[in-house]
Amino acid sequence: MISISVRKPLLGAEGSFELAVDLEVQTGTFITLFGPSGSGKTTFIRMVAGLETPASGRLSVNDEVWFDSAANINLSPQLRRVGLVFQNYSLFPNMTVGENLRFAQGRKDEGKITEILELIGLTGLRNRYPTTLSGGQQQRVALARAIVREPKLLLLDEPLSALDTIKRLRLQDEISRIHSLFHLTTILVSHDKQEVFKLSDKVAVMEHGRIVKYGDAKDIFLEQQTSNKFSFVGTILSIKPVDIAYLAVIGVGNELVEVVLDERDLAGLRVGDKVLVAAKAFNPIIKKI
Amino acid sequence: MKFDLQPFLLTFELAALTTALLYLIGLPVAYFLAHTKTRIKPVWEAVISLPLILPPSVLGFYFLLAFSKTGFLGAFWERMFGHQLAFSFDGLVLGSMIFSLPFMVHPLLSGFSGIDRGIVEASYTLGKSRLETLRRVILPNMKGALLTGGVLAFAHTVGEFGVVLMIGGSIPGKTKVASIAIYDLVESLNYYEAHVYAGILFTFSFAILITVYLINKRIDVQ
Repeated sequence: MISISVRKPLLGAEGSFELAVDLEVQTGTFITLFGPSGSGKTTFIRMVAGLETPASGRLSVNDEVWFDSAANINLSPQLRRVGLVFQNYSLFPNMTVGENLRFAQGRKDEGKITEILELIGLTGLRNRYPTTLSGGQQQRVALARAIVREPKLLLLDEPLSALDTIKRLRLQDEISRIHSLFHLTTILVSHDKQEVFKLSDKVAVMEHGRIVKYGDAKDIFLEQQTSNKFSFVGTILSIKPVDIAYLAVIGVGNELVEVVLDERDLAGLRVGDKVLVAAKAFNPIIKKI
Repeated sequence: MKFDLQPFLLTFELAALTTALLYLIGLPVAYFLAHTKTRIKPVWEAVISLPLILPPSVLGFYFLLAFSKTGFLGAFWERMFGHQLAFSFDGLVLGSMIFSLPFMVHPLLSGFSGIDRGIVEASYTLGKSRLETLRRVILPNMKGALLTGGVLAFAHTVGEFGVVLMIGGSIPGKTKVASIAIYDLVESLNYYEAHVYAGILFTFSFAILITVYLINKRIDVQ
């Protein structure tokens, strides 16, 4: 069980506000902090890692107190046993992939490094330097480096936001696999709804330094589920006349959808417009691909 | 004709010792300046940069006062080591260190400031102490700055004249370095030997700078 209760005044784009987070996380949970940028998510995760000090509060992980302002306890980041993965990877440029992992180990164990490299599909890159790797590969190494230390808590600060969609999807699977394989407790910071939904057991929605909603990912993101309404936001890519109607191609996420429009629908719509694609009262069919 | 190598040996001994000692002092000073949040940081920076703009004769004059038997440093030195600081090799080393300090500290400072904060924090969260992080993460990633600082301090010590003249005099084998030797030779109208000495120093300085730029270019490419 991880229990966190921290306060800290922050300076945001719209003036100052207080970060005030109270959170209890069961061991083994994958929890995501979701919210707009500037809401204090990164500061929160840095406080958990010990890189920033809360003004007041308490933080304990499995009965071990990491921070307690009342008792004047503040464990340094070195003693906290967290695995932190940064948005920009932060690999050591002067070390090869293998050396980056070896650096992270307390007790040297080459066998373990080999095992983790194999697990994350990095064996072939063991002797390469980080600057020669692609963004996705670098983030895999960062993940491997965080795991090799056997952390009590895995902290992921927008780890995939710099990657393209395909790499992101692949790494999401990787993160999910590692989380369950190593029985980790993971805190993810993200503002990608799909990613949050796919990975998280619990979601905490943060706004202005506070958790405004907390619950299962499904409850938080699929509030309208019972109305049987199907809706997506997309962008009109083209509109072409076909016989007496019009055919619009709309990009939704990474997919293209064709929608038939009549003259009346067309009024006010232009290529490039953001639109809501919605259908009511039908049963979606899903097929394995 | 006889060609005296002694001033060159002395010059390189002085420069090498000064550079080595400056690494010991420059690294902590630059590390402190790069990380401090104190409001008097500009004062520290100004003090360290002073030797850049002060005329060497001004520095040399103050050194001479401090290093003499009655000066605070000179008196202390005489008690500790039994010989006077002014007009001695020790005095030259000490003077050179202060005179060349900015040439060591400035490159190191920009080296420390250029290190991505993320890799330092990554090292901390991986359980590594500040010292180990410095040794294995920070310093290896600022090799260019380390090289530049060392070479500039070395070259500047080789090239210094005014301060040495003021606090060292021209005692052969003790304080007569190459730049002073050239001055003496010109004074005694021995232009031939002065040409040889000057030519050697000229070539040496150029070679050093070319080496630094070439190596830094290679480090940048990596």
